[in-house]
Amino acid sequence: MKLILNKLSFNYNSIAALKDVDLEVDLNEVLSIVGPNGSGKTTLLKCIDRILKPNQGAVLIDGTDVTNIRLGELSKIIGYVPQTSTSTFPFTVFDVVLMGRRPYIRWSVSERDREIVTEILKFLGISELAARHLNELSGGEQQKVIVARALAQQPQILLLDEPTSNLDIKHQLEVLGIIKDLTRTRQLSVIMAMHDLNLASRFSDKMLLLKQGCIYAVGTPESVLTEENIESVYGVKSHVTNSVLDRPQVTPIAPMATGVENLKMISEITSKYKSKDRTDDAD
Amino acid sequence: MSTASEVERLYAKGKRRKVLVILYASIALLIITVISVSLGAGSPRFMEAAQVILSRIFPFLEINPGSKITQIIILDIRLPRVVLAIIAGAGLAASGATMQGVLRNPLVSPYILGISAAAGFGAALAIVFRMGVLGAYSGYLVVVNAFMFSLLALSMVLSIARMRGITPETVILAGVAVSYLFSAMLSLIQYVAPEYDALRAVVFWLMGQLYVARWEDILIILPMVLAAIALMMRHSWDMNVMSLGEETAMSLGVNSRRVLVTCMALGAFATASIISFTGAIGFIGLVSPHIARMSIGSDHRFLLPCSIVLGACLLLCSDTLARLVLMPSEIPVGIITSLIGAPFFLYFLLSRRRRFWH
Repeated sequence: MKLILNKLSFNYNSIAALKDVDLEVDLNEVLSIVGPNGSGKTTLLKCIDRILKPNQGAVLIDGTDVTNIRLGELSKIIGYVPQTSTSTFPFTVFDVVLMGRRPYIRWSVSERDREIVTEILKFLGISELAARHLNELSGGEQQKVIVARALAQQPQILLLDEPTSNLDIKHQLEVLGIIKDLTRTRQLSVIMAMHDLNLASRFSDKMLLLKQGCIYAVGTPESVLTEENIESVYGVKSHVTNSVLDRPQVTPIAPMATGVENLKMISEITSKYKSKDRTDDAD
Repeated sequence: MSTASEVERLYAKGKRRKVLVILYASIALLIITVISVSLGAGSPRFMEAAQVILSRIFPFLEINPGSKITQIIILDIRLPRVVLAIIAGAGLAASGATMQGVLRNPLVSPYILGISAAAGFGAALAIVFRMGVLGAYSGYLVVVNAFMFSLLALSMVLSIARMRGITPETVILAGVAVSYLFSAMLSLIQYVAPEYDALRAVVFWLMGQLYVARWEDILIILPMVLAAIALMMRHSWDMNVMSLGEETAMSLGVNSRRVLVTCMALGAFATASIISFTGAIGFIGLVSPHIARMSIGSDHRFLLPCSIVLGACLLLCSDTLARLVLMPSEIPVGIITSLIGAPFFLYFLLSRRRRFWH
């Protein structure tokens, strides 16, 4: 399964969120999309899954434009894990994961559907949660359930929007480890939007750095995570070293010059207010 | 540690429980039906009522059908009313469950789109001024007027919401606005109504009642409600998926906007065809889905049938009370549903440990 983005552009009303994004994603690799807030990471994922319609350009899966694929068929090819996923009404974990079988189910649930759900729950180590309600679980457990739901679709491409943003370090490593594992053991390509550069560096085969809706750099973590790139895209001075895991490790040091001035100003203002509060208290 | 087979066993057990709950509720409904038919002024006994009904259903059994009077009381007066209560309760509950599901909001009732206010306005127009979409007077002037204005409210809400993009929020807000608009016009009619009798008729209509039931009306309502319910049930899986949010639904191949519009229209259609005859009966459409959800969970494949049976039970019980408490006079059933529904619902709400909506 080969995914190609061809001159993809998307505007929210008149504001451009993506500009001429060209990209090729190969089979069985983990691609991380990184970039500052508002750089278009989530928009890019949504365009790939047709949740948003690009204004220009196309998303091609094995040469076929996704707009020519029926929504029901596309859901058997691409799975999407949104940033947050809660349900208003109570559903058990089993029922939620079973919803991932929706593209294959007309009305009744087959034996095979139940087997697939059971197997995925076991694979993610959450069989014990099967009868619990989704909204009663911790953030890390919920994230695993939602990943399980996407896997039940048996997709060839898995899109994840900041899969680790609400998780503690143990759950971060577990979830990303499982995802990395999947690209090795199953025919699955993974594209995920990430905030944490060091986690992205550790778990990705390839990284994509976005700046204001454009691709700034793409390639191996070593080639993308350089001090120059981080300074120019994030506006942050940093120090990049090679970690004990033989991956680039980013240590942010300080925002750029203008940022430092702002910080000074802010600290002056806050200290002024603090002293004012004290005099108020004295009254 | 639960093994794979343990997980599947739990799921099968849960499913069996849901089916059993629906089955028990249906049996309860059947019993309530016969009891309700045998209660009231000049009442035939329970066995006589059962005999009359059975002799009609199974004529070849040659059961003694009882006296002429008993037959008239049972077949022409009691039974149509009981059947109407069942259909109305079922339809309102199904619409409520569907609308709550697609709007992802537990506060939603079938009247969220302003249908009750619009139907009330249409009915008032017909009662007070004898004005209606049919023009001249006809036996169905009030009904047709109420129905047409309900559909007008529905199309207004959907076209307003479409301007800003169809989402649960835009649909609910547009519904609230349209509801206020029709309420205001309804109040205006009541204020300027020239005759006291007409005003009284409007107020009575607005409370909701089932004494109007006739077989020929039921033959109109039943197919419309049945068709709407069948189509709503077909969207059970879509509603399940949509409760995880619009984006997740899209990624699972469900066009959530289209499903939202379709299901709202179906619910509104079923509701409108009921309340055009009965007036807006409150509470059933809001409460039945909640009680069903608390009993068997949110899977709409089971939730809809369960809500339907519970809605029918609730409205039938309420209407039986409405007939009996002030005999020989009666109370509009809409008052009873809210009067006993509210504490009953609160009891359910407070006696459960789990939180059922977020």
